[in-house]
Amino acid sequence: MRGQTAIIGIGELPTRRTYPGRSMYGLCAEVARIAIADAGLSKGDIDGLVVEGGNTTPASMADYLQIRPTYSVGVSMQGASSTTAVTTAAAAVNAGLCNYALIVMGSARDDRPERAPGSRPPGGGGAGSVGAEFEQPFGPAQGAGTGYALMYRRHMYEYGTTPEQMAKLAVDQRFNALKNPNSAFQGVPITIDDVLNSRYVNEPLHLLECVMPAAGAAACVITSADRARSAPNKPVYILGAGLEQANAQIWETDKITTTPARVSARRAYQMAGYGPRDIQFAQFYDCYTILIAMTVEDAGLAPKGEVGPFYESTDTTYKGTFPINTDGGQISCGQPGLAGGFRHVIEAARQIMGRAGERQVVKNDLCLVNG
Amino acid sequence: MTTEYRKPLPNPAHWPASKPFWEAAKRHELVMPRCRRCDKLFFYPREVCPYCLQSDIDWQQVSGRGRLYSFTVIHQPANAAFLDDVPYIYAMVQLDEGPRMISNLVDIAPAEAKVDMPVVAVFDDVTPEWTLVKFRPA
Repeated sequence: MRGQTAIIGIGELPTRRTYPGRSMYGLCAEVARIAIADAGLSKGDIDGLVVEGGNTTPASMADYLQIRPTYSVGVSMQGASSTTAVTTAAAAVNAGLCNYALIVMGSARDDRPERAPGSRPPGGGGAGSVGAEFEQPFGPAQGAGTGYALMYRRHMYEYGTTPEQMAKLAVDQRFNALKNPNSAFQGVPITIDDVLNSRYVNEPLHLLECVMPAAGAAACVITSADRARSAPNKPVYILGAGLEQANAQIWETDKITTTPARVSARRAYQMAGYGPRDIQFAQFYDCYTILIAMTVEDAGLAPKGEVGPFYESTDTTYKGTFPINTDGGQISCGQPGLAGGFRHVIEAARQIMGRAGERQVVKNDLCLVNG
Repeated sequence: MTTEYRKPLPNPAHWPASKPFWEAAKRHELVMPRCRRCDKLFFYPREVCPYCLQSDIDWQQVSGRGRLYSFTVIHQPANAAFLDDVPYIYAMVQLDEGPRMISNLVDIAPAEAKVDMPVVAVFDDVTPEWTLVKFRPA
């Protein structure tokens, strides 16, 4: 698959706390229009469709957009849906199943009273999963934070990682977000003390180490390398991809301080023909600080257990020696459902195309993205 | 049981393979499913052994002793029924016999909990029908 396909058009709606009066489908259609136009195409050119399959179906999205793709699929991979969608679309184009694949994801964020804090069903391996009866009676925190806090605490125990080091990570990302008009946190800088003084959601996770639920949408168009050469944007070639499926129930994971990125990054490097030393910047899925930290280790960018010192000694802002989450990531933009993770893909493409404006990184040829 | 118990209860109707676990808990026993072919314990309960996918399974009583593998102190629970308990300890326990469980660590102040501390099972009869397996410092 190396270099056989490329992202040629991107679209992103600003991430905001809410989009009053808007629906997920409406936001998705709007951002699809932006991405298709950005690729220099018209709607009729789109013959492939990949959507997130947990909240919608390909049929519903195709209906709303009034397209009839010849390749269409929904991926249900929680936070990894975006990167899995890219791999799926690239593989479909590479196999000749479609020529121009549209990936689109969004969330209007549900503000109904029954979804108020304290009554929200937990995510991840939570309610409705086969193991739910062995965790719900014990009162997990909101979202997927319970599992990530367990990883965090164990990482502190095994490697001496400190909340101060994780706070530095959050501060670097917020610095990036201040140059991102699509962030929901524009004009609000934070310090390490701000992070450490923010209230606990569930220890050791502070509020400013967690994503804020938000609304927004993102889309991109993927085509073959041949077709990409005649597209208006600089093609963003997909050089390699890898995946390892994680457990739904955290207690089933043998070593909770190691993430699937240990396997998936190695496979992506092998396919691409590059290694961790070649990577110039990274966009890593970030529902919680500790996940980015563990990904940095597992992708080989820091030795295992040394991500704390890595963050102490490395400027990971867009101005720094190794930029990570150059748009602020989800923690400093907000999380518009599964489009939150998809924005990592969009920002990687935007940087490689050289269209990131004030936060443009200088070395912008090779990016590692994790979902 | 004078007050109504409003927190989530297990629902083995959703996942019937676990029924013997909850029946044992009600007798104040901690049991784990064991594959007769692999001679391995596993958790959560399944209709097949996750190691060999055979369905030759029985149950083994375990000591209830283990270590606190990791924990988080919950300040903002997903379910409002837990709000009166905050902050409380949501724990991952590694049993001496191998399997890991999620539970609460009780009889300890959250600030005193330490990863790897020894713990032992206690049985909390939360309703006449249901007993939850929790842990306290050993």
